[in-house]
Amino acid sequence: MQPKESINDFVIKFANVNGTGSASANGMFAKAIFRMGIPVSPRNIFPSNIQGLPTWYEVRVSQDGYLGRRGGIDMMISVNPQSFAKDVSEVEPGGYMLYDTTKPLDLRHVRRDVNYLGIPLTEMCLREYTDSRQRQLFKNVIYVGALAALLNIDFAILKDLVREQFKGKEKLITPNIHALELGHQYASTHFTCPLGIHLKAGEQTPKHIEEFDQILMDGNTATALGAVYAGATVAAWYPITPSTSVVDAFEKYCRRLRIDPGTGKKNYAIVQAEDELSAMGMVIGANWNGARAFTATSGPGLSLMSEFLGLAYFAEVPAVLVDVQRAGPSTGMPTRTQQSDIFAAAYASHGDTKHVLLFPATPAECFSMTVEAFDLAERLQTPVIMMSDLDLGMNEWMSPPLEFDDSYRYDRGKVLTGEELDAMTERFGRYLDVDGDGIPYRTYPGAHPTKGAYFTRGSSRDEYAAYTEDGDVYVRNMDRLLQKFETAKSLVPEAKIKMAEAPTKEALLFFGTTASPAYEALEMLEKENIHLDTLRLRSFPFTQEVEDFIEAHDRIFVIEQNRDGQMRRLLLNETNVEANAKLVSVVEYDGLPVTARKIATVIRGHLGVSNVTSLVSKEKETA
Amino acid sequence: MTYAKPAFRHPESKTNEVGCTRRDYEGGLSTLCAGCGHDSISAAIIDACFELSIEPHQVAKLSGIGCSSKTPAYFLSGSHSFNSVHGRMPSVATGANVANRDLIYIGVSGDGDTASIGMGQFAHVMRRNLNMTYIVENNGCYGLTKGQDSATMDTDSVSKKGDINPYMPIDLVRLGIEVGATFVGRSFSGDKEQLVPLIKAALSHRGFALLDVISPCVTFNNHQGSTKSYANFREHNEAMPVDFIPRREAITTSYDAGVVKEVCLHDGSVLRLQKVNNEYNIEDAQSALDAIAHHTKQDRILTGLLYINRDSEELHDVLQTASKPLNTMTQRDLCPGSRFLDSINAGLR
Repeated sequence: MQPKESINDFVIKFANVNGTGSASANGMFAKAIFRMGIPVSPRNIFPSNIQGLPTWYEVRVSQDGYLGRRGGIDMMISVNPQSFAKDVSEVEPGGYMLYDTTKPLDLRHVRRDVNYLGIPLTEMCLREYTDSRQRQLFKNVIYVGALAALLNIDFAILKDLVREQFKGKEKLITPNIHALELGHQYASTHFTCPLGIHLKAGEQTPKHIEEFDQILMDGNTATALGAVYAGATVAAWYPITPSTSVVDAFEKYCRRLRIDPGTGKKNYAIVQAEDELSAMGMVIGANWNGARAFTATSGPGLSLMSEFLGLAYFAEVPAVLVDVQRAGPSTGMPTRTQQSDIFAAAYASHGDTKHVLLFPATPAECFSMTVEAFDLAERLQTPVIMMSDLDLGMNEWMSPPLEFDDSYRYDRGKVLTGEELDAMTERFGRYLDVDGDGIPYRTYPGAHPTKGAYFTRGSSRDEYAAYTEDGDVYVRNMDRLLQKFETAKSLVPEAKIKMAEAPTKEALLFFGTTASPAYEALEMLEKENIHLDTLRLRSFPFTQEVEDFIEAHDRIFVIEQNRDGQMRRLLLNETNVEANAKLVSVVEYDGLPVTARKIATVIRGHLGVSNVTSLVSKEKETA
Repeated sequence: MTYAKPAFRHPESKTNEVGCTRRDYEGGLSTLCAGCGHDSISAAIIDACFELSIEPHQVAKLSGIGCSSKTPAYFLSGSHSFNSVHGRMPSVATGANVANRDLIYIGVSGDGDTASIGMGQFAHVMRRNLNMTYIVENNGCYGLTKGQDSATMDTDSVSKKGDINPYMPIDLVRLGIEVGATFVGRSFSGDKEQLVPLIKAALSHRGFALLDVISPCVTFNNHQGSTKSYANFREHNEAMPVDFIPRREAITTSYDAGVVKEVCLHDGSVLRLQKVNNEYNIEDAQSALDAIAHHTKQDRILTGLLYINRDSEELHDVLQTASKPLNTMTQRDLCPGSRFLDSINAGLR
């Protein structure tokens, strides 16, 4: 079989054993490519396990700057015999398989159409190192060194990365660089380097990136930084994958930025709650008192928080919740990604409730939308839920640098201060719609000695916060809450619309992490003369341009990562256009991020275009 | 219940140190049943706050769901209040307190709210030693849903329908001492002499103060055979008197150290407690647990201040939060600005 050839456009997958230190070596591999100025997007595909189960790391290299999964594997780094059979089956014809020759290959699974690159990784480690942990760890570094030769990675960059990684632990630098060299040397002497697939720095600027001033960052860290910049002072949370690193990162930055140099005291508080119910209760209590507070969780936590979300909606208390979605229902696949909490979040809690949702698609957006989420929550006096997911939250994404406008000021919403209460001649009504936008004024406890106190409750009340079971008063209040939700439409981030070069009545609609593969699929289709407009949703409630977009098209493919097409249904529920026949679901829910090829294939199928290449059929087989 | 609250007050009502009359500590008209123990507790809270000269707006009242949790509407109408969801008041109180450490937090709950659905949050708020007063209005039954047994109902107590309770009761004071409450008292809604000074002491305590107040349900749990009826509780109450002397008052009266113990609280106020016996040391958790168990065995219910730890770290000490309340911090205090972001970006290239 002719070996594959491609410069700066291929997919490499590492098959490792969980807990053997492969993550840091693999991360170094991806970062080195990034430092060469070549667009790269790495993804951890990991088990719910601490040690021993198979784990994978998939690295997409794309000169064009596509960051979603393409589909198909061009090269497999196979260092886990447990998953060998599955791993070898995923490699595309003509692809490469780097494996450890210390143990013989399982011949039952060997394919003839794959190129094998054997390196005695275990043997080399046994020879070079005496410590058993080192023997395990350096195996990973040796294959990275070998890949440097095979793929043409700038070796000086790798050495820099080692020095940066072990800053403060200098004695680890030399043995790591030695391991890199061992691998590099072995590959250089045993194989023709570079391979048909390889890297080349200094190619033209990627067409989807204005200039290669990019950062590599995971969404959860960006979210945490957003909370710091938004002035969040209270984080209450309960550990749950894949959201845990949000609060971990928040704590890391707070330790750097929020400790009073004079007293050593903290200008923040992080409380690890006993469960998600309590975490949400704390967030509500703190926001009620006028501190910006948030929590981060995933699907099961969102279910537990639903009761409190209903209270915050009805009692009109701001709250920010970051939902880093994973595959449900129940425990589902806790280390796999999905966008399947749309309904649970949009309508969380019993009774008539609706919540403001934000859908970030990049780390930069995780940062900016988190800042925005606090403003929206306080302006609207209601919960705001950031709908991130495992793929965005836990993987490193290439992103434009984070930006913050120093002239921007927090919007703390309608809060009456002690002085304002003092000057008031009319009676304060906590739930009185003074401005006609459905948003009343609130006061913080302790604001004024005699004015502004009120009773917050989850039971029906009148405009002056007094308990009532009067149906008319209840309806008036519920209608005002609906009006407030209408007001939200003018405040939430607008959708991003891109029109095709040629006029079309067909379109793609997507949000969050489905955006990257959708844009790539779009380009695949454009090459086949299939033109589609696109709309990337960024918030709920849906803004007017979303309705206009649906109205203007005959058929819209809604791409999402859940079984039931939840976003499609939410669009049908929450827009005033007749769209049932127009909106076509394109769903992927196997727990892995949807690939560009999959999207393109499904859309070709719907359009009746049979341009199914061998690559696509391969993709179907492995999906 | 009565339908209108009389507007008339004595023209020369006594004012306290902050210039408020007792009336300034009252709330709306109670909608509970006539004779409900809870109303007596509300009255005791009003007395305690008035006598302590607490400014009403410096108090935050929090509650869960149930008859007891309605009562914050019936006292301190000048305070903000939060009637949250069933059993979850502790978490709302925790968030509120973390955000503003300067307010005085009074939580009111019931035995249904605390000892069943709220058991987890109740235990954890005590573990964290949140600086608040948590009053359980304990009547052994669910009033709003017509009298079902609660988890604090004593074994063999007879319900109004005649069913005998087969389950073990949860003793809130013992649980509190075990999991970290630093002030634990039990009292009786019908014993104002003991309850008012106990509430004052709880409000003066720095840390988590639990008051388990037996508060008979006149409608569903005040019959013969119920262990939580007025008559039965009076008969079995082993009340230890509590005398609260505010920090501003000079202590003039002398006492017999053999039968009275003096406890100085964090804010300088003093408690005089009548000892039940010489072995019982209320500053020792095990001693307190032993005394409670000893009385229970003898079919007596020990009330009064049962346990106190005066030198504990409350949650803010543990979290090392700034003395300035977090909710008063501004964008200038909190936002690092774009320059720091430049350094973040540089580290990610």
